[in-house]
Amino acid sequence: MAGKIDGTNRGQPYMDETLPGQRLHPFFGGLKLRHHKQVACQSPVGTPPLPERLYIPIQQHQGRPDEAVVEPGDKVLKGQLLARGTGLRAVPVHAPTSGKIAGIREWPVAWPPGSQAPCIVLVPDGLDRWTECAPLAEPDRDNRDKLIAHIRSCGLVGLGGAMFPTAGKLAGDWPDLHTVILNGAECEPWIACDEMLMRERPESVIAGGLMLARATGARRVVVAIEDQMGMVAERLEQARMENAPEGIVHLVQVATIYPEGGERQLIQALTGREVPHDGLPQDLGVVCINVATAAAVNEAVSEGRPVIDRIVTVTGPGVASPCNLKALVGTPATDLLEAAGGISDNTRRLILGGPMSGLPLASDQVPVTKGTNCLLALTDSELASTQPVMPCINCGECVRVCPAGLLPQTLFQQIRGENFDEARELDLFDCIECGCCAQVCPSHIPLVDYYRHGKDELSRRGVEAERARRARERFEAREQRLAREKAERQARRQARKEKLTDRNQAKDQVAAALERARQKKK
Amino acid sequence: MWTGILVLGGLALAFGLGLGIAARYWQADDDSVVEQINSILPQTQCAQCGYPGCRPYAQAIASGEADINQCPPGGESGVKALAELLGREPKPLDTERGETKPPIVAVIDEDRCIGCTLCIQACPVDAIVGASRLMHTVIADECTGCELCLPPCPVDCIDLVERPDDWRWPRPGDSVGDARSLDLQVIDSPEPANGGEDRRNKPRTAVHG
Repeated sequence: MAGKIDGTNRGQPYMDETLPGQRLHPFFGGLKLRHHKQVACQSPVGTPPLPERLYIPIQQHQGRPDEAVVEPGDKVLKGQLLARGTGLRAVPVHAPTSGKIAGIREWPVAWPPGSQAPCIVLVPDGLDRWTECAPLAEPDRDNRDKLIAHIRSCGLVGLGGAMFPTAGKLAGDWPDLHTVILNGAECEPWIACDEMLMRERPESVIAGGLMLARATGARRVVVAIEDQMGMVAERLEQARMENAPEGIVHLVQVATIYPEGGERQLIQALTGREVPHDGLPQDLGVVCINVATAAAVNEAVSEGRPVIDRIVTVTGPGVASPCNLKALVGTPATDLLEAAGGISDNTRRLILGGPMSGLPLASDQVPVTKGTNCLLALTDSELASTQPVMPCINCGECVRVCPAGLLPQTLFQQIRGENFDEARELDLFDCIECGCCAQVCPSHIPLVDYYRHGKDELSRRGVEAERARRARERFEAREQRLAREKAERQARRQARKEKLTDRNQAKDQVAAALERARQKKK
Repeated sequence: MWTGILVLGGLALAFGLGLGIAARYWQADDDSVVEQINSILPQTQCAQCGYPGCRPYAQAIASGEADINQCPPGGESGVKALAELLGREPKPLDTERGETKPPIVAVIDEDRCIGCTLCIQACPVDAIVGASRLMHTVIADECTGCELCLPPCPVDCIDLVERPDDWRWPRPGDSVGDARSLDLQVIDSPEPANGGEDRRNKPRTAVHG
């Protein structure tokens, strides 16, 4: 197992002159899986028919909920702002096409599974009229702050699936970011949207990479792709020759091992260093961004286009003609499946994402978000749910494949025993939910579901602890206030009493004076 | 033989003396014990333990005046945590003081509220806002569900409702909510005719959790 790096040399540029990816390093664990990608790559990226209604989730990123800025009945143009948020993590949402806002309502979404979330319902008018786009002016592109602010206002999030706000990755106080890694290692079976993007718009990926380098102050861009990606390398190489200055953009092919496309795994493969478990890639001087995000950055900067659509791979044994589609954000899954020839009758489950780390959908109405990379329709024969779950036999297969270097079976036992604090001690939160352990488990234990359950319980406890802390603060503040009020009341009473005794004294004094006067008269 | 007894006795005396002095010297700080107990208590401030709040109860436990099983909101797990902290045997919760309930919050029926301010004075965490002869309301985020506002209300306009809970990832195998059983159900067009905001008419989806 690769050793963890010493925390003390974090932040120092490592092997600054050595190019990440010049030599490839193995990372621990992982699986070689069957690819299943070519089935969806037979034809160019298609455009599905305009859906009757779009359901645009107001929240499409991690962080605080956003706020809709349109009302039912409003007419909007393509690219117009629909929702915005506050804070650093906020990401605005834009109209994917022109039309009328029918309302804001609860609608099925992918996360959490089986739940609903507020979505803006947009009825397209079919005209597809653009609002005025404001590309970033040429001189402003060299201004880091302006570039990052523009990327934020165009609603950019990680299009690889995690939907982390891109601007949040770029803006920060990191000492020396020397390399931008463009992640094109789309390692999960079936998913092919990044591969198609790099085939069809390689120049956009390269241009976006250069812009990201400018936004971070990095000197190099490394595009990492898998070694099985056919003509992608050729196309990217050509685009690099045509568009990039010499020596800045480098192309690296990594071995096709799942989950090599995971941020931390890819960085380890390219640099030979592990991202510290409580740190970020930026601590190693690199920032890792998905190739589709880079292409979207290019469109946002040079054309002023916000993120309103993305390529979605619609595939799987249940789909009649697997393909890649350029889908508008908010398109219900059923419309995309329809555009791919529909699903067969024996389709048992729809999965958003890939077969290893994807989420099962409870409804075919779930809309496309900025992070939807794949819709996978599985039939009876692919599902393992017919296999009964057996007790863990401590075979250790899961330990061998865990790319995060965890102890999956011990984690499983602690979570099953509700020893969540012990699970945290075993670095449960370093689990990337890649699914390798569950895949190899001979007892068919749904390990990842246990980890998700454990993470959920722990974060819930955090929320409860925060609630208790606030209640305690408020209780103590109230006690103090009551004590202060009591003291004030007492002080007032005391003052009055004293005044009263003063008055008695005054009476005595008056009486004494009168007495003296009387004495004198006599 | 006598040497042995003397040496061992002397050693025992010396260690005993040393330990005695150490115990007196490095005595556990009373405040820090209270603080640790208080951090285990749920901060509901409901006074069901017989003390006017969580901190007073923590002080009573630390001084040996109160037992560790008097906190219903903390439940059995709270008793267990206290027993572990204080090195005592855990004991069952004293159910005479109340039962452990799921998280609840108070809601004021604003039509019936007469604005008497009595509940505002009773709330231990200042989670009710309002003024004399004006409507009162509960700040749901701050309410601990202590129920102390119920008895003083002269018009009985306060209800306790279950706190809306976030979705939780179920424990695998617990129920049909297991993600593996989340099979696709194709649903009919769930759009209401007016297309407007209608949260009651939710589309049917697979049950989860």
